[in-house]
Amino acid sequence: MKKTIIPEIRKETIYKLAQRGCREDDRSLDSFRDIGFQLNPIGTAEGSARLHLGRTDVLVGVKVQPGEPYPDKPDQGVLMTGCELKPMAHPGFESGAPSDESVEIARVVDRGIRESGMLDMQKLCIAPGEKIWNVFLDIQVINYDGNLFDSATMASILALHSATVPAARFGEGDDFPMPAGAWPVTATFVKIKDIMMADPTLMEELAADARFTVSLDDLGHIRAMQKGLKGSLTYDEVGRALDTARKLTEDIRSRLISGE
Amino acid sequence: MPGNLRKGIDYMADVKHMGKDGLRADGRRADEMRPLRIEAGVLENADGSAYLEWGSNKVIAAVYGPREAQPKYLQDPAKAIVQVNYNMAAFSSEERVRPGPNRRATEISKITAEALESVILTSHFPRASIDVYIEVLEADAGTRCAGLTAASVAVADAGIPMIDMVAACAAGKVDGQIVLDLGKKEDNFGQADMPLGIIPRSGEIVLLQMDGDMTREEFGKAMEMAMAACKRIHGLQQDALRSRYAVNFADMDDGEAEK
Repeated sequence: MKKTIIPEIRKETIYKLAQRGCREDDRSLDSFRDIGFQLNPIGTAEGSARLHLGRTDVLVGVKVQPGEPYPDKPDQGVLMTGCELKPMAHPGFESGAPSDESVEIARVVDRGIRESGMLDMQKLCIAPGEKIWNVFLDIQVINYDGNLFDSATMASILALHSATVPAARFGEGDDFPMPAGAWPVTATFVKIKDIMMADPTLMEELAADARFTVSLDDLGHIRAMQKGLKGSLTYDEVGRALDTARKLTEDIRSRLISGE
Repeated sequence: MPGNLRKGIDYMADVKHMGKDGLRADGRRADEMRPLRIEAGVLENADGSAYLEWGSNKVIAAVYGPREAQPKYLQDPAKAIVQVNYNMAAFSSEERVRPGPNRRATEISKITAEALESVILTSHFPRASIDVYIEVLEADAGTRCAGLTAASVAVADAGIPMIDMVAACAAGKVDGQIVLDLGKKEDNFGQADMPLGIIPRSGEIVLLQMDGDMTREEFGKAMEMAMAACKRIHGLQQDALRSRYAVNFADMDDGEAEK
């Protein structure tokens, strides 16, 4: 992202509020913004989901096409995740080749899904060593107000769970639902000076010294973690974030599954 | 239309694109447009924006500017430059679209920029850039017209002075008949496609392309049909702005009266 400036005075306000356990949008430090989503808004995609996390707005589409397996995994399908940060979502984003940020987001989302074993890759094999299903997961950000890691992950798992493998279109038998099981959910925190807060807005991200994302599966097991930005985190801070994340992701997961 | 009749037409869709009753594969008349819905001001961070659904096409247009043109060598000391980036989302079509620019997108971006530049009062903003981003979320033929139509509303939504909004719509030829606003099947198997963009106030053409095979007479008919459609589209563009910004004075007066 091009340099986006946050005024020092705003930074100070965010920190002073945080010291009192408050935030600019009246949330507590350990809570997420409102989540809303819509399944399969895109007819051409095999599965899709649009998700709002506060003012952040993300659209994820799944395309499935036959392809060749990797030589080291001849009987497994392939998941490929891409992320597009376009100027439409924020003036700081630029057209052209994927930025470092978008690559990081795509990889963190991909890792959470992959590591949770959410997709049964063997069911995405057509002929071992010859033909498998490629699952393309493409993240398009529509409006950016912070925390793309969590919003993109939520939209991605919703899109995958509502996807169909279009086997008939490629003469590979009957269509079947995407073999998706688990619901890996991430929780992201930022640290401003010495205070951690969940689900940062854009302004909170710009004020942040460090960022931490954790992906938890249905059993509450940690499946992936990612620390970002220049600042540091203490062991205690990570521990507390993990405890908070467990509660937060349980709540989010049940809301995603029940469709509320 | 009775259900069984529609079914009959769907069946014909596999064989022929025009039924004996003169209706098309999707049940439209020759000069009937697919349903079009436009909404202005849908994005928070952009200076102006519009969302458009046209048949199954789903397009968002975002506008930034006028802002300083970067890099500096792009600046024109006499007027603003208009830059358009047309992009299809990876999941927007049957076959996955590889992200990033390609020759088709580059061409569409260029002609769309030129069409918009003809209506924007660029001389008001020397050295500035007006940047338009068109994102096609779902494609169903006619996305360049959909993109230009949405972009015009987005530029207006950004409060950028312009002489009019460009409205665009395609006409073409299917099974020897001139039809309006080709759907995907018609576009793929039809004999001609002609996207048209006009300044509705003056009728001036600011975008015109054609591929396929048309006689002079057919061209005239297609042009007439597309022009008429553009004028209807212009009404929908104005409605979109109106429903976003119009103030109901009657309501205000009522409020006063009650006091």
